[in-house]
Amino acid sequence: MTVPGKLLSKLDPAAIDKLAARLPAGSAVVSATNGKTTTSAMAAEILRPRFRLAHNRSGANLVSGVASTLLAAGDAELGLLEVDEGALPEVLRRVRPRAVLLGNLFRDQLDRYGELELVAERWRRAVGDLPSTTAVVLNADDPQVGSLRDDAVHYGLDDPAVARPALQHAADSKYCIRCGTPYLYAAAYVGHLGDYRCPNCGHARPALQVSAGSIELEGLERAAFDLRTPEGSRRVELALPGLYNVYNALGAAALARALGASLDEIVDGLGSFSAAFGRFERIAVDGKQMLLLLIKNPAGANEAVRTLVDGRAPRLAVVALNDAIADGRDVSWIWDVDFEPLLAGLDTVVVSGGRAAELALRCKYGGLDESKIEVVPDLARALDRGLELTPDGGELVVLPTYTAMLALQRVIAERGLAKKYWERAA
Amino acid sequence: MIIRVGHLYPDYLNIYADRGNIAVFAQRAARRGHELRVDEIGMDDRIVPGGHDLYYVGGGQDREQLLVAENLARKAQPLIDAVHGGAALLAVCGGYQLLGRGYKGFHGEDMPGVGLLPLETVAGERRMIGDVLLETELGPIAGFENHAGRTYLDEGAEPLGRVVSGFGNDGRSGYEGCRLLRAIGTYLHGPLLPRNPQLADWLLQEAIAHRTGGDALELAPLPDELEAQAQAVAAERARSRGGKF
Repeated sequence: MTVPGKLLSKLDPAAIDKLAARLPAGSAVVSATNGKTTTSAMAAEILRPRFRLAHNRSGANLVSGVASTLLAAGDAELGLLEVDEGALPEVLRRVRPRAVLLGNLFRDQLDRYGELELVAERWRRAVGDLPSTTAVVLNADDPQVGSLRDDAVHYGLDDPAVARPALQHAADSKYCIRCGTPYLYAAAYVGHLGDYRCPNCGHARPALQVSAGSIELEGLERAAFDLRTPEGSRRVELALPGLYNVYNALGAAALARALGASLDEIVDGLGSFSAAFGRFERIAVDGKQMLLLLIKNPAGANEAVRTLVDGRAPRLAVVALNDAIADGRDVSWIWDVDFEPLLAGLDTVVVSGGRAAELALRCKYGGLDESKIEVVPDLARALDRGLELTPDGGELVVLPTYTAMLALQRVIAERGLAKKYWERAA
Repeated sequence: MIIRVGHLYPDYLNIYADRGNIAVFAQRAARRGHELRVDEIGMDDRIVPGGHDLYYVGGGQDREQLLVAENLARKAQPLIDAVHGGAALLAVCGGYQLLGRGYKGFHGEDMPGVGLLPLETVAGERRMIGDVLLETELGPIAGFENHAGRTYLDEGAEPLGRVVSGFGNDGRSGYEGCRLLRAIGTYLHGPLLPRNPQLADWLLQEAIAHRTGGDALELAPLPDELEAQAQAVAAERARSRGGKF
């Protein structure tokens, strides 16, 4: 899909710059370790009534994918670009966006990006180089991201009632970015995201201009929150579950606001949004349902597990682990995921993908009896086995990594159960 | 029997899913009727030689590693005494580097070491990242490495194993890790122990010997089919795509 993009940047390295400059309303860039696809899809839903968009919604988010999207932009007015964390500095330099939304930095694919600090440092330089006319929108709840620029729009959650009692195991930025002292959290929401303060040097979460309060989480079905902005406060209803989707929606709202969207447009857009590809997708199969939740790093997988267990905890799950470059070749991250609350309720887990045996060990040493673990590396067979074990009218939970998700989508499409994601209406 | 584990800086050194290694120790001990008691040894805690049968030091991101390096160096003597007194030890990646004489960074960001293992580490330009397969006295060991440091063993120092595929200590010597008495240091994570259970059992048996004061006795075997499958896949990955310059 990005072949034209690759070819283009080879032929003319300045092409992206020129293509981006053609867009009359400029571009907006979205990056984060977790939620960038969902967040930019939400922003697209809000902005569509206002702008014709050039949006890389298939998730082709490297420089070549951005180039392809801009190349195919036609009469689009605004570029809405989801960008890979590693590619962000180059894209910012070349696209010169009018608005940038940076959501979070979690430990992810260390084999590909190197350590979190390195990525944060590259972001810091790239954001520092942006002209003062660029609207920078930052998640204040992430100590690394919130501190990228002082004169930014900061957003975050403001509802200690939905906070976690303690930082999770996988929390990444636990130590003050200025002096190294462990932060104290008045509220920890997702991983290390929350309301933090350093007891030594006083580095603390910046003041919030855009926030979410009175958050309601309703199991696997939906979430709602008060969107608070300087222009007023409105209730947002989301057809997606989980606190991480509240973060995604809040980020999309803050970005759309920076691009001139009204509160009405924001509330309408978020209200009519349904899951981005594989992010929380229900598919009907022969009187049963499949629920697909992408897992790709500890923080994201923890939220998927938390959301599942807070709903009706499943007794059966298919979990698929691949180790292609897009999944991360280093599979050690599965040991940082708090799978235990999920495992505690399972009668059977079908583990699948190229590293199925590794997942089997994760379940075994996580306390699941070996007799409850079925190892089926072939994804199509694992899906069949999962459906076979699902009672009529029941729901099968499927947790795949990125390339396993792609492969499963292909299987599902070949069987005519759902359209391929790239063929679906925008 | 209660096996006493001292887990050094779990809040700081935990980047490569180190708790997986602890979970493996705990479950494999329990299956033999032993209990693992894990004490966290943090910045303000002391190491008391003889107080633990097995020490564990994990890997950290550069920043976290720097935060603990000076603190750990101040605990060097009791840790050296503990290992020379027969305690077992496993150190992975950053922890492995810190047990040598020190780490020489690129821009003067040097870190002191404990001086337990006969080696030193120097920052290299390119990170060595990829799947690794080793041949060792304890059989094949498969894991994943991700390190900028090149670790050089002293003349006569004993490596953990020979590199079949991957970079290893320095990308050139063909060796990986270091062994001294009942201590093992290695770059391999994954985490290391779930798919290399023979290594977990060796460390447990040596820890038990420290506890009893007698000779190390081999533990009763466990059904390890899943472990063997996972190791075979990881070994195949290393053969087909292990790192090399």
